[in-house]
Amino acid sequence: MTGKPVEEMSFEEAIRELETVVGQLERGDVALEDSIALYERGAKLKARCDAKLKEAEEKVAKITFDETGAPTGTTPLDAG
Amino acid sequence: MDLLDDDGPGGPGGSNSPELTVSEITGAVKRTLEGEFSHVRVRGEVGRVVVARTGHMYFDLKDDRNVIASVSWKGQVARLSHRPEEGMEVIATGRLTTYGPQSKYQLNVEDVTPAGAGALMAMLEKRKAMLAAEGLFAEERKKPIPFLPEVIGVVTSPTGAVIRDILHRLRDRFPRKVLVWPVAVQGQQCAAQVAAAIEGFNRLTPGGPLPRPDLLIVARGGGSIEDLWGFNEEIVARAAAASEIPLISAVGHETDTTLIDFVSDRRAPTPTAAAELAVPVRVELAAAVDQMGARLTRAVGQGVQLRGQRLRDLSRALPRADALLDTPRQRLDRASDRLPNALRAATAQKAILLGRVAGSLRPSVLQGRITQERRVLDRLSGRLAPALQRQLRDSRKEIDETRRKAADLMDRAGAAIAATRTRHRDRLEALDRLRQSLGYERTLERGYAVVRGDGAVVKDTKAAGAAKVLEIQFADGKITVGSGASPAKKSSPSKPPEQGTLF
Repeated sequence: MTGKPVEEMSFEEAIRELETVVGQLERGDVALEDSIALYERGAKLKARCDAKLKEAEEKVAKITFDETGAPTGTTPLDAG
Repeated sequence: MDLLDDDGPGGPGGSNSPELTVSEITGAVKRTLEGEFSHVRVRGEVGRVVVARTGHMYFDLKDDRNVIASVSWKGQVARLSHRPEEGMEVIATGRLTTYGPQSKYQLNVEDVTPAGAGALMAMLEKRKAMLAAEGLFAEERKKPIPFLPEVIGVVTSPTGAVIRDILHRLRDRFPRKVLVWPVAVQGQQCAAQVAAAIEGFNRLTPGGPLPRPDLLIVARGGGSIEDLWGFNEEIVARAAAASEIPLISAVGHETDTTLIDFVSDRRAPTPTAAAELAVPVRVELAAAVDQMGARLTRAVGQGVQLRGQRLRDLSRALPRADALLDTPRQRLDRASDRLPNALRAATAQKAILLGRVAGSLRPSVLQGRITQERRVLDRLSGRLAPALQRQLRDSRKEIDETRRKAADLMDRAGAAIAATRTRHRDRLEALDRLRQSLGYERTLERGYAVVRGDGAVVKDTKAAGAAKVLEIQFADGKITVGSGASPAKKSSPSKPPEQGTLF
């Protein structure tokens, strides 16, 4: 288990640790107390993965510039 | 040409030709050149290129015989479709101007294009070799592409098929936030804009008004080599190499490879493929996560169940507590019974042993022992003096014996020495007798005589005549003959008369 809070993990970090957790539990070589803690962490990791997957929103924007060519903001881009 | 034409026919050296100042003639030359060559295209090889601090660019154009100095002013340099590089074969477009203060003329270049595709490719190869030598293509420089980027920055034209293809494929796989930095993807502005876009994305800070992408895609559709040329420019390659954000390049078709493809972290054959490299497929991930969740639940449930089963099995095998205690309790009872007796018996046994040992420990025992030892000592003391005496006697006898042997040896040595001396003396006497019998004195006894003249033996008459005095030795004595010794002379008459007759 890494020390990083699950809430700050990227999808990749979360799913990689979830795999490790599941593997450990399936091998059955962890103590009962530890397996409960592992399960709880696994559930949290799965929730994190689900959340990251739900974030799949498309937002496409085009950068706008001021007269010196520095980016100032965005406008929606409709590329069709 | 008006001025010269007007004044030329005045005749060379003619004194009526008008006098011109240097500035006048310089101005006339300027007008003529700039009027006649106000728009020329010159093909040649680029010589040394110098960019002054002011931003003006000075370079030479040359062929195998001549050189023309060329200059592009700062504003023109930015608009050149290709930057001239030494050794490049180019077509320069511009006009001739003069520089009066140095009596020079030069080509003011407004645009430079490589002369033909061969020149373009040669230039590309040169750049590629240079960047490769700097290590910009090295594998270890390549950054990994994030598994699931949050924001994707796309550098491309905001219109056209390319951005559409990318957005479609992203939507199919995993919709993401996309920031498009619009650029010209061909033409003179292309390279500078693409480089500025890559640098601009990298300058965005997380949490700023614009989200900083964690992945860049630089994309362009297919086209001719000239169309794609902007992506071969050094500034673009350097900007891509310097990008801290991982960068996928997708320029042209699969068969087109531009300079940016060598420095990008991944090269996608098409814009669509770039989108596929950029994000995983959401549906597959969701399925994987669900499956993982199911395995998680099953695994922990199974773990609890297995342990429960094992607990039940073990409980069944566990014996009753009473039964477990029966045997030890019985042993305790038996031991408790035997304990007082055992203690008594042990005490009695030890008492007996003590009595036996203590009984034999009395003063008389010690006294007896001392008496015994003293007796032994007395006996040994009595034997000490006779033993010494005997030893002394033996030694003395030995000394006497040795002394006697020594005297005996001395006697024998004296006798041996005396015998040897006698033997030597006898031998000496015998030798002396022999000597005397062999000597001349004995011969004298038989009637011979020895004659000496002046001390030496005279052996012939000549020597006798020469001698002043002759001495004759007989067996019984010597006589002398000669001057001062007449009787001696007469006593030996035999020899001189014999000599006289002979004379």
